[in-house]
Amino acid sequence: MTNSKSIPEIEQEIVEDFSLFDSWDDKYEYIIDLGKKLPPLDDAFKKEENKVKGCQSTVWLVADYIGGKVIYKAESDAIIVKGLISMLIRVLSHHTPDEILDADMDFINKIGMTSHLAQTRSNGLRAMVKQMKHYALAFKGSKFNA
Amino acid sequence: MSNETMTAGEKNKVLDIEKIRNDFPILNRLVKGHPLVYFDNAATSQKPAAVIDALVHYYTHLNANVHRGIHTLAEEATAAFEATRDAIRGFINAAYREEIIYTKGTTEGINLVAYTWGRQQLQEGDEVIISGMEHHSNIVPWQIVCEEKKARLTVIPVTDKGELDMEAFYTLLSEKTKLVAVVHVSNALGTINPVKTIIDAAHGKGALVLVDGAQSSMHLDIDVQALDCDFFALSAHKMLGPTGAGALYGKKQILEAMPVFNGGGEMIKEVTFEKTTYNELPYKFEAGTPNIADFVAFRPAIEYINELGKENIRKHEDALLSYATEKVREIEGIKIIGEAAHKASVLSFVIDGVHPQDIGILLDNKGIAVRTGHHCAEPLMNRFCIPGTIRASFAVYNTLEEVDKLAEGLKKAIKVLK
Repeated sequence: MTNSKSIPEIEQEIVEDFSLFDSWDDKYEYIIDLGKKLPPLDDAFKKEENKVKGCQSTVWLVADYIGGKVIYKAESDAIIVKGLISMLIRVLSHHTPDEILDADMDFINKIGMTSHLAQTRSNGLRAMVKQMKHYALAFKGSKFNA
Repeated sequence: MSNETMTAGEKNKVLDIEKIRNDFPILNRLVKGHPLVYFDNAATSQKPAAVIDALVHYYTHLNANVHRGIHTLAEEATAAFEATRDAIRGFINAAYREEIIYTKGTTEGINLVAYTWGRQQLQEGDEVIISGMEHHSNIVPWQIVCEEKKARLTVIPVTDKGELDMEAFYTLLSEKTKLVAVVHVSNALGTINPVKTIIDAAHGKGALVLVDGAQSSMHLDIDVQALDCDFFALSAHKMLGPTGAGALYGKKQILEAMPVFNGGGEMIKEVTFEKTTYNELPYKFEAGTPNIADFVAFRPAIEYINELGKENIRKHEDALLSYATEKVREIEGIKIIGEAAHKASVLSFVIDGVHPQDIGILLDNKGIAVRTGHHCAEPLMNRFCIPGTIRASFAVYNTLEEVDKLAEGLKKAIKVLK
């Protein structure tokens, strides 16, 4: 699977998806649904070094670098967090390290997620984005080293 | 609950809960478009208008530094500040007002004992006993001081029901034991521990006892003389008072023999570069300008509780707890963590296949505030092999209708999540 759309385009799509919902009940149901659909991460990846620090629930995040694109896989033991991860993967996966590092991820604000999630949880969201960008940075370095 | 057909609304005859609710301005606010249902009282209680007004009044009319000035404001501020000490003394029935040391809260009270009494008294080979249901604040200070003094920290195990294994405690207790530091009411499970039994047994071996009263002070009658505990620590914010204020009770002769904690102003008698002599109790432990306003505003909180009467508060909270326990038990897949025979206003539970955080988020979306997570008691969570629980903790201003909302919210959340 390649991603023909740019990161800002995908962010815009998500913002539009969310604008269709009347209530936070619906938004959460949608996020929960995304969480349920997120493919499980192989147990072999569920180890300490893949855990994202700063999350109340456990989040494991791994990344591959294939053909100049970063591909993310992640899972959590909490469903809403899984749904949030699913959106982050949809936005960032299958893009180049430079595109990922440039992403402002403003869609999180635009869909009202930061104001709706308590500080502790949006910290977790920030921690995930930070970790995803760390992977991108590491792959970018490896490209130049290669 | 004795009467199963009891419906929400038919509640305690003694306390007028609606009237009480009107005393707490925050209960009027909406959260996510819903009236706030505040069930995170074990984390911190809400404040009645009397407490909030006292803070405003202090800064509007009294503000001055205490114990120092001879001017009117300083005298009035000092009188208001010290009046709270008398109120706390009465509240826990300490024999002397100088046995009440002002602290930032329970955590600081425990640290004070660990760093002064602990450092002075503990020696290599000595033992400190804590329990498996302690809050981190009654674990970490003892780990630090035990490591420093090469003393041993031992732990009373917790049974499946969430009670202390008292047989194990008697086995742990020996002449080597110098201190037993134990929580009165567990913040994570609600268990009321038999502290009087523990104190008597510990004294029999010559050990002192510190009681962590953070959760108990709002719910149980505290009589430190009857308990005969050596230390008792509490926090104002858990009992309708402001944050950043608390008290450590210690028996006078023990406090007098203890070395000082923080050095600075207020705690000294005379300072020269050669030698400093220290102030008397309680001031020798109260260096620096204290949190005056919050201590002044702590007194109306104590008066508020006294006026309602602890027995009446307990009756209402017990009714909430049994009603909530019954309601939650009806929900499929819920397992209550902590089923001690004696509990105080905390209902902790887990749900099959559902992460507590997801429940917390969805309940918050309905304006219901519960706590999810390990409740600063990770060893206890490990004991039950769970990452955390969902905890609803009740206070006098909560209602049975709110419990119904919690039960409904839980059912809906589980349906969406499963």
